[in-house]
Amino acid sequence: MDNVQQDKVPAVAAQAASMVDTINQEGFQDLQQFLTFVMEGEEYGIDILNVQEIRGWDNVAPIPNAPAHVSGVINLRGAIVPVIDLRVMFAFNEARYDENTVVIVLKVESQRVNRIMGVVVDAVSDVFSLSEEDKRPPPNVNQNISQNYINGLTEVKGKMVILLDCEKLLDIENH
Amino acid sequence: MSIDLSQFHAVFFEESFEGLDVMENALLELQPENPDSELINSIFRSAHSIKGGSGTFGFISISEFTHILETLLDKIREGEEQLDADSVELFLQSVDCMRTMLEALQAETEPDTTRADQLAIMFQSILTGASAAEAKGLDVPATGASPVIQESVLPGSDSIPDSLAGFHIEFTPEADMLKGGNDPVRMMRELATLGELTSTPDTGALPTLRDMQPDVVYLNWCMDLHGDMPLEDVQEVFEWVEGECDLSISRLGGSADSAPEVMPSNVAEAVDHAPDGTSTAATKTKADEQESAKPIPDAPKTASPAKPAPAPAARAGKAESSSIRVGIDKVDSLINLVGELVITQSMLGQMGGSGEVITDDHIGNLREGLVQLEQNTRELQDSVMRIRMLPISFAFNRFPRMVRDLSLQLGKKVRLELRGEQTELDKTVMEKINDPLVHLVRNAMDHGIESPNVRADQGKDETGTIVLNAFHQGGNIIIEMIDDGGGIDADKLVAKARANGIVGDNEQLNQEQKLDLLFAPGLSTVEQVSDLSGRGVGMDVVRRNIQELNGSVDIDTELGKGTTFRIRLPLTLAILDGQLVTVAGQTYIFPLMSISESLQIDEKLVNNVAGGGDVYNLRDEYIPILSLDSIFGLRTEPLSYDQSLLVVVEAEGMKVSVVVDDLMAQQQVVIKSLEDNYTRVPGVSGATILGDGTVAMILDVAGLIGLAGNQKTMAAGEIAGSAA
Repeated sequence: MDNVQQDKVPAVAAQAASMVDTINQEGFQDLQQFLTFVMEGEEYGIDILNVQEIRGWDNVAPIPNAPAHVSGVINLRGAIVPVIDLRVMFAFNEARYDENTVVIVLKVESQRVNRIMGVVVDAVSDVFSLSEEDKRPPPNVNQNISQNYINGLTEVKGKMVILLDCEKLLDIENH
Repeated sequence: MSIDLSQFHAVFFEESFEGLDVMENALLELQPENPDSELINSIFRSAHSIKGGSGTFGFISISEFTHILETLLDKIREGEEQLDADSVELFLQSVDCMRTMLEALQAETEPDTTRADQLAIMFQSILTGASAAEAKGLDVPATGASPVIQESVLPGSDSIPDSLAGFHIEFTPEADMLKGGNDPVRMMRELATLGELTSTPDTGALPTLRDMQPDVVYLNWCMDLHGDMPLEDVQEVFEWVEGECDLSISRLGGSADSAPEVMPSNVAEAVDHAPDGTSTAATKTKADEQESAKPIPDAPKTASPAKPAPAPAARAGKAESSSIRVGIDKVDSLINLVGELVITQSMLGQMGGSGEVITDDHIGNLREGLVQLEQNTRELQDSVMRIRMLPISFAFNRFPRMVRDLSLQLGKKVRLELRGEQTELDKTVMEKINDPLVHLVRNAMDHGIESPNVRADQGKDETGTIVLNAFHQGGNIIIEMIDDGGGIDADKLVAKARANGIVGDNEQLNQEQKLDLLFAPGLSTVEQVSDLSGRGVGMDVVRRNIQELNGSVDIDTELGKGTTFRIRLPLTLAILDGQLVTVAGQTYIFPLMSISESLQIDEKLVNNVAGGGDVYNLRDEYIPILSLDSIFGLRTEPLSYDQSLLVVVEAEGMKVSVVVDDLMAQQQVVIKSLEDNYTRVPGVSGATILGDGTVAMILDVAGLIGLAGNQKTMAAGEIAGSAA
């Protein structure tokens, strides 16, 4: 394991914890929390309840005949967990793997999808809270990021954040 | 305070099924002429617990039925009733019946009680004095005081033509029959098509118009049906309502000697019968459900015809049992081991924390500690695996019953011997090996063991023997099925295979290959196809099932002496003996079972078949060469043959060879599912975690062959496409 993880996890976790405290104190019950990460300079957000953990990039075992965005599988404390590279999936440039590359381990338990999966992103950045009214519908234009995975858009500190739909992200059969 | 009892249902079902097994086994052991009271007691106890449990959970149909059973058992226990072979048979049937009902309840459907009702009546009649034999013949005198529904069947109906004069039918529908979508009027119409029908309604129970409900039947009928029709046709009309009415059918002008025997189809549930002439169309919407529905638009009430028979408890809907009963000793040993592990851990911890200077002493202690840790770990692993292990008697126990039933059916004398019943194997393996075993035993009974006179002619004991034997050998479990029957005529097999074109005319086979034909699909040497076997499906399934478990099956046979099937299975599905290989820098694992040999490639022996890829000439046998590089799309330029090795593998009777860069260690690997978090990957049966924490794919040889085949077809298609 490399040291990225050790550096980042406590920081993000502490941030998340303090966030939760604030929310509890102030009673903003209906706020939703998002973890944001960076890919190609853009910020993306995912519901923090779907985030199981954040790891550093580790070597993966490739899955035979898998689509290009499926990097392979890793050993997550004895469980075999597939890792998909969002950068490849959203058709960005060739994915680079350096000390900042992180894997966000997502867990979705729904009727349709029930699995744990890692997603590779450039870097994890922040945690923020959002109420439903702050969400804007996804733009109706043909971006290079597949429209299907976008849940909505929002603005944090003057910067646009693209909110992703974890369930659809992990529904690998329908990619 | 109400408690949600449904949480205990799973336990109840499990215990009840166990109880039924106990009953069944005890019944099979029971000698009617000399009943062992301990056996009867154990049957009684099981029946009693099932009754108690089903009563608690409100499964009335079960508890009522068990109650009758229990009453009779009690009398037998007290010596008030005699047990004979027929009543044992009856008890065995009740066990089957209860099992079916419990399965229905488990699948959360309403159990079909028709069989139970019939059996209950037979038991009743034994209790009231008749012998089991009589009861079995259904000659049960009407005992009920209440308006018993009598569907009488003539005892000698074989000798007396059914068509003598007709039938007298007394038909008393239950008040709410219409709600079930059945309409007496339609049934009478149906009857009228069979012969000349005169019917007299009994309007005695008709309420005043004010109190009349449109969907309640208030009438009952006495009908005379004149004409020449078989009894079955008449019964068929009432087929769908057997449980919802009191019905008595007797032959018109029935002679006194054939007093109507009754087969109450519904035990005396007194019903308020009343005329229903005013019923309105309240029930018409149900009409579409019918199978044989003929809409009767003009009838006073447009009721619907028969409702579909309750589907037999859908086995498919049966939930996979997800619990396992573990002996307390196994849990205790686990706890002990964990205790030791904790001690070792604290010992190692202490060593790590003490002393700044590391001396040789420290190193020595540390090594010792590590050895201990290794031992703890291995024992812990064994113990944990043992939790999933069950004695094979769970699978063997169904055979005494099966052999008994089959030998009666086939008129053969067969003795079953079970050996090594305490041999343990993985629960999942056991579940999957059950069907193949059943198939082998049925086969042995049907065409292995000869009929008693044939055996006597050959100077053998009239009673054939089938032995089921299980034992451990290395990391495998061996299950043998040995019969002392006629053996397998290998040459007959070959002749048949040649006739079917499975074997070419000029092909010469050795004994092993000949016997292997037994597993070829569509081959049966039996001239007479019976419902047991002989259709030539099955043996191929047997082998496939066993291979799916990474096992193998061999045959030993001697003509006139008998046959031995030897099934070799891994002890568990969770761990596999694997051969690690590397291809393109990745580690892959072949199940050791599938590898027949590994060799260095002699390039002179590699030949190219036009369009079909390379083949390797292995001792004059041409074996296709598969390349993981192309199948998995790994490298576009694989290593040359002289830098590679060839692994010859077998699956589903096919032999192929796979090129690998290098062979690594052989080791046991723990199989992990890829499907949990991903999807099924063709050519890969799972993944495992190696000692260094990395993940390696376990190859599925049959899948690889399939993949390679697909790619060739696709490639051929592309070539054809580009040529066009």
